[in-house]
Amino acid sequence: MTDQAVRLLASALAIAVGSIGPALGIGLLVSRAMDALGRNPEARDALFIPMIIGIAFTEAIAIYALVVALIIKFV
Amino acid sequence: MRIPSRIRNMALILIVLLLLVGGFFLPTAMPHIQLPAEEVLHSTLPVSIPLLGHEFVITNTILAAWLSMLILIVLSFAATRQMKLLPTGLQNLVEAFLEAILNLVESVAGRERGRRFFPLVATIFLFVLVSNWMGLLPGYGTIGRIEEVSQGGYQVREAVLPVLNLKMNILTAKQATEGGGILVPFLRSAATDLNTPLALALISVLLTQYFGVKALGVLGYASKFFNVRRLFRFGAALLWLRPRKGLLGDLFNGFLDVFIGLIELISEFAKIISFSFRLFGNILAGEVLLAVVAFLIPWVASLPFLGLELFVGFIQAFIFAVLTLVFLTIATTAHGEGAH
Repeated sequence: MTDQAVRLLASALAIAVGSIGPALGIGLLVSRAMDALGRNPEARDALFIPMIIGIAFTEAIAIYALVVALIIKFV
Repeated sequence: MRIPSRIRNMALILIVLLLLVGGFFLPTAMPHIQLPAEEVLHSTLPVSIPLLGHEFVITNTILAAWLSMLILIVLSFAATRQMKLLPTGLQNLVEAFLEAILNLVESVAGRERGRRFFPLVATIFLFVLVSNWMGLLPGYGTIGRIEEVSQGGYQVREAVLPVLNLKMNILTAKQATEGGGILVPFLRSAATDLNTPLALALISVLLTQYFGVKALGVLGYASKFFNVRRLFRFGAALLWLRPRKGLLGDLFNGFLDVFIGLIELISEFAKIISFSFRLFGNILAGEVLLAVVAFLIPWVASLPFLGLELFVGFIQAFIFAVLTLVFLTIATTAHGEGAH
């Protein structure tokens, strides 16, 4: 494989593998939030912001993977 | 006059089919995807400006950011020009919108602090929202000048708009191996340039430190990151040779406190990265998605994705603002005070 091919493959793998964890995490988070909402529909307003914040923190890990992928690709 | 629903449905299906078929006769060019923003204006100045030097560059993303600022400024002027106690029209709309944001801010940060954080949070939300949504308007990323490239571009064709008698160059979908052109748009969604989200993230993180120091004092705020209180207590107990129960546990917890403080310190810097790359990545990915979909199935398939991008643009603005708000609230809360 040429240098360029390895670079492309590495950046693709970085984001592909790196987004598995956050994807599972966000799915888990939202499913639990929906569970809670089903049990107690009045808690909607109280749940929403903590859920969004949790998603944002989980998503941050995928963002680091994106940064690594971009660095491999372009730097 | 009411049109029977069957005829209306038939007409809709016919239009969609025509668009689908028409798309294959007039396909869109696969756009040239570029990470750094393209320069619209580049000139050399006679005098050197500090930090900028002789170069004077205006990129298409800066233009888009200025345009969304202009729209916000004009909107606020129009809404507050003739203020009434019982608001009507535009003032009413803007007031309802801002009140919704104010309620949210106060519900997170409390009444007194919420009022202090509101201008920052609402400004971030409105600017990000407007610039994200404006990036979806037709003309963004599609109108621009055509730059000649030596190889690997798209064929350029001259077209005449008969109504205005306007001559223009357009890119056709056919790829030219040599001597083609690349479209350099005049406007591009502001958040697709990393500099815009980075500036917002720096403002947000630096102001968080400012508000934290202002609320807790320099020492109080620094003790969040260099938490040696428990280690000191252990040292004092050692010095005066007063052995008591749980001293070893104190040592362990003291080191744990220091470690957690250091992690907090690192996470302050990680915030800049995650703030800026979250917005940048989401909006850029949206642009690329729209471009690729428009290239694969021209004209029709973009519509649901445009709806998705409207949603993403709103959610990203909301997340940016709410995270800023939450970090501000955490930074201005003293140790242990925030426990429920």
